[in-house]
Amino acid sequence: MNAPIKNKLLKGETGEWEIVIGMEVHAQVLSQSKLFSGASTQFGAEPNSQVSFIDAGFPGMLPVINAKCVEQAVRTGLGLKAKINLRSLFDRKNYFFPDLPQGYQISQYKDPIVGEGEVLIDLKDGETIQVGIERLHLEQDAGKSLHDQHPDNSFVDLNRSGIALMEIVTKPHMRTSEEAAAFLKKLRAIVRYLGTCDGNMDEGSMRADINVSVCRVGGYEEFRRTGSFKSLGTRCEIKNVNSMRFIAQAVEYEARRQIEVIEGGGTIAQETRRYDSKLGETRSMRSKEEAHDYRYFPDPDLLPLEFEQSWVDAIAKTLPELPDEKKARFVQGGLSSYDASVLVAERELADYYEELAKGVDAKAAANWLNNEILGRLNRDGLSITDVPVSAAANNSIIQMISDKTISGKIAKDLLDIVWTEGGDPRAVVELRGMKQVTDTGAIDAAIEAVIAANPDKVEEVKAKPKLAAWFVGQVMKQTGGKANPAAVNAALKIRLNLPDEG
Amino acid sequence: MSDLTAMTLAEARDAIRAKTISSRELTGAFVSAIEKARPLNAFITEAAENALLTADAADKRIASGQMGALEGLPLAIKDLFCTKGTRTTAASKILGNFMPPYESTVTQNLWDAGAVMLGKTNLDEFAMGSSNETSAFGNVINPWRAKNSNVNLVPGGSSGGSAAAVAADLCLAATGTDTGGSIRQPAAVTGRVGLKPTYGRCSRFGIVAFASSLDQAGPMTKTVKDAAIMLKSMASVDAKDSTSVDMEVPDYEKLLDGGIKGLRVGIPREYRMDGAPAEIDALWSKGAEWLKAQGAEIVDVSLPHTKYALPTYYIVAPAEASANLARYDGVRFGYRAEGVRDITDLYEKSRGEGFGAEVQRRILIGTYVLSAGYYDAYYSRAQKLRTLIKRDFEQAFELCDVLLTPTTPGPAFGVGAKTSDPLEMYLQDVFTVTVNLAGLPGISVPAGLSENGLPLGLQVIGKAFDEATMLRAARAVEMAADFKHSPARWWSV
Amino acid sequence: MSVDKDTVRRIAKLARLAVPESRLEPMAGELNGIFQWVEMLGEVNVEGVPAMTSVVAQKLRWRQDKVTDGNQADALMINAPGGEDHFFVVPKVHE
Ligand SMILES: [Mg+2]
Ligand SMILES: [Zn+2]
Repeated sequence: MNAPIKNKLLKGETGEWEIVIGMEVHAQVLSQSKLFSGASTQFGAEPNSQVSFIDAGFPGMLPVINAKCVEQAVRTGLGLKAKINLRSLFDRKNYFFPDLPQGYQISQYKDPIVGEGEVLIDLKDGETIQVGIERLHLEQDAGKSLHDQHPDNSFVDLNRSGIALMEIVTKPHMRTSEEAAAFLKKLRAIVRYLGTCDGNMDEGSMRADINVSVCRVGGYEEFRRTGSFKSLGTRCEIKNVNSMRFIAQAVEYEARRQIEVIEGGGTIAQETRRYDSKLGETRSMRSKEEAHDYRYFPDPDLLPLEFEQSWVDAIAKTLPELPDEKKARFVQGGLSSYDASVLVAERELADYYEELAKGVDAKAAANWLNNEILGRLNRDGLSITDVPVSAAANNSIIQMISDKTISGKIAKDLLDIVWTEGGDPRAVVELRGMKQVTDTGAIDAAIEAVIAANPDKVEEVKAKPKLAAWFVGQVMKQTGGKANPAAVNAALKIRLNLPDEG
Repeated sequence: MSDLTAMTLAEARDAIRAKTISSRELTGAFVSAIEKARPLNAFITEAAENALLTADAADKRIASGQMGALEGLPLAIKDLFCTKGTRTTAASKILGNFMPPYESTVTQNLWDAGAVMLGKTNLDEFAMGSSNETSAFGNVINPWRAKNSNVNLVPGGSSGGSAAAVAADLCLAATGTDTGGSIRQPAAVTGRVGLKPTYGRCSRFGIVAFASSLDQAGPMTKTVKDAAIMLKSMASVDAKDSTSVDMEVPDYEKLLDGGIKGLRVGIPREYRMDGAPAEIDALWSKGAEWLKAQGAEIVDVSLPHTKYALPTYYIVAPAEASANLARYDGVRFGYRAEGVRDITDLYEKSRGEGFGAEVQRRILIGTYVLSAGYYDAYYSRAQKLRTLIKRDFEQAFELCDVLLTPTTPGPAFGVGAKTSDPLEMYLQDVFTVTVNLAGLPGISVPAGLSENGLPLGLQVIGKAFDEATMLRAARAVEMAADFKHSPARWWSV
Repeated sequence: MSVDKDTVRRIAKLARLAVPESRLEPMAGELNGIFQWVEMLGEVNVEGVPAMTSVVAQKLRWRQDKVTDGNQADALMINAPGGEDHFFVVPKVHE
């Protein structure tokens, strides 16, 4: 189901514009050691402590490839439903920068390890769109320069230098800032499911470069029909957008800027820009623009990267259930498409939900997770991985609600108790006598006690039947909240002889 | 023994094993020979003190009967091999006083076999040159002089220091590296043996890179047998070099004396070049006759793309070098220019001041042929030519087992004679460079003297990883040539 | 294809080599000599010929994913012309 194009347009002074967005995502490969050296990839170590002479570009040093990184790239390619290339080449990308010790980055240029694939993204309004993947290639990360330690100098730390990255390049298939953000979230979910990247944007494990252009209405359709980039506008690349939050802002700002420039009679220069999150704007990075000529050529220190289809097939067999498949299963189990897509966004959340929903109503479990568990996690600033009450324990609470052992209200109290004090919910219910009272004898006794204590109210209720609610409240109080409210209602109606309307 | 330094590696090894000499005596003899030979400028760094200490340690092992294949034998190492704790310069100002915190695999193999390092030999800067005149540490002088002449000659290059050291008896043997002929050409013009193994036979780990797809380490020795002994120890399968080939290293010395009866020796007709001195052709023909007389079959073969090899080389090698030398940027090691404005200035000045003229020229060539718009016309075309050159050899080797060619277009020339025209200098490698492009093994053997009394070499080219057969053929050339000449020791008077 | 002074200046910039103004012209001449000689490769029909990517017939060797290197910040720094507290130091870089 596709939403009308209208919703994807931006209004300018002279009419409406379409935004076209493509992305290059650098995802750090989850591995113990670097792509071409045995130095550790652990985050946050002392400066230059995780650096081999290979990573520092010392004379005579040679790269030797890490098998795990190759496997992770293939795994990711399979997760992106992409073509795996059984033969690929490593190239040198030549440029000078203090954090690039070899004077070149080993990357893959003409022949990447992974070719075309696709990612499905779910939007809030229920629309699902398909974003084409152009390629995925393996390459080395650069080191890090610190610029604010000294007035005249920069300090270079090579701990990151040589860590394996997967550069994932999309086709220009996104058309709103929401789609761009949703794509990155989905990609992050996929690599985290696969275990090929931790997706930690704060630590730089995932960084996005976003290509934005604008064109007149119809340009995008023409591009999709003909494949000709001429029907699209000139694009600008927003470098290193390092937070999910800023993606939509950066795209939005950049599209508006381009429209203003064009409507003001100017033209867009193809350039690299940086997003300043404090000012909420993109700025040209002219310094990086000067005559780039990377002089790519195959790295003579490495032979072509080759493997067998049977090896790829063996990896395919170990792939976990991915978000799309999981979502389909959840929907089949009774969840709405949107609820399901929210749950599968994080593998841990989906896993928790699955455990939680065992043998209970799917919708009830999803509601309990959304309203009670996530609410409390949010309040305590915790994530699903450090939830204090296990899914199994919560599952037993839901079971007790559905078999009427406890009321919905008691259930919330119960969750609060086990949340802070721990313990098995069923045992707590027993121990603290929290079971719902359905025994009519006990309820009748409580009603008699309330009537005896409030003879005046008995008279009033006959005139004002709405006062019955007050009686229900008193009876509940008398039973310590454990009486089944429906049973109390029914008994009161009979005892007070109230009319049978709602 | 009268002159210890005149021994071959094999003789010295046997003498040490027989305990007729000690490593200390032998090493001491070379240390004093090196001191006296300073006018040759063969060494950039002498390591006398360490050499004697290592020799003592070797003597202890010898006494206890624990002997490696090269136990106690003093060698010279081209200053392109990183040696832990001993300055490694690549004969460039830009490496400054670089002190490697690691050891190259080839030298480690030699030390593991018990060898002693006398010092680091001079070379063309970053191995770029054919006369050892581009070194930041000065020219090396060839120990040989022409008949009735006092003119200083070049020792060839880039392994000129190693060649001079072996020719002047300043070591038993030396290591070299060969990217376009840098072992074989200097060996030829100094009257010694130089062997470039098959690409992938010796690890490149820890060797300062010039052109990665062509560079290969190999021995420079007094005899073919010594080359066989050295190669056995230098070669290994190395997990630290992705291009090191998983193939067992044979005992070349044992395989040396099988004779060449029935061996098919190819004579590539394209190596007969217009304008080449007649004495080169004559020597080549003589070489073929020597082999025929020992039972070989001489076969006429064709390598049609031969004339394209040198221009192909001068695209591929500079392209790779331009990237390999990008790491010399004044940031983490080596020379850093003073008084720079910013990072770009630091790069440009450090590299502009640190690299010599020939290195800069090759970096510029390499940068140009890889740059946008020129890649297909130059680099890509050159790599296709390389495929054709390799095919030429594969087809020739269907008809023969080894090839015989001259090593150089002429004998050693005078210092400064060819420095004004780079192309003329590049022609020095015309017979050797094809072998690097195809990744094959080649060996130069001294075969005779030129009219003016200077050594000339013949080259035997083998099939990939068939160094054993190549060595057998080289041994046959050596026996027939019976080259007994040595340079007069004019430098130590 | 002829190399002129501006081309030499442009390549020298790409290669980060300070070539003095006075050397640009002579260098252009030297390079032209070499490139003219190299032109002979144009004679050869290379259609359908694969570019060589490796001279040895061997599969790329793969390494196991193990931490075997690092923890040598001191050794990394001993040759550094600018180094402080285990950092390499360069003139301030403006990104
Ligand atoms: Mg990119
Ligand atoms: Zn990248």
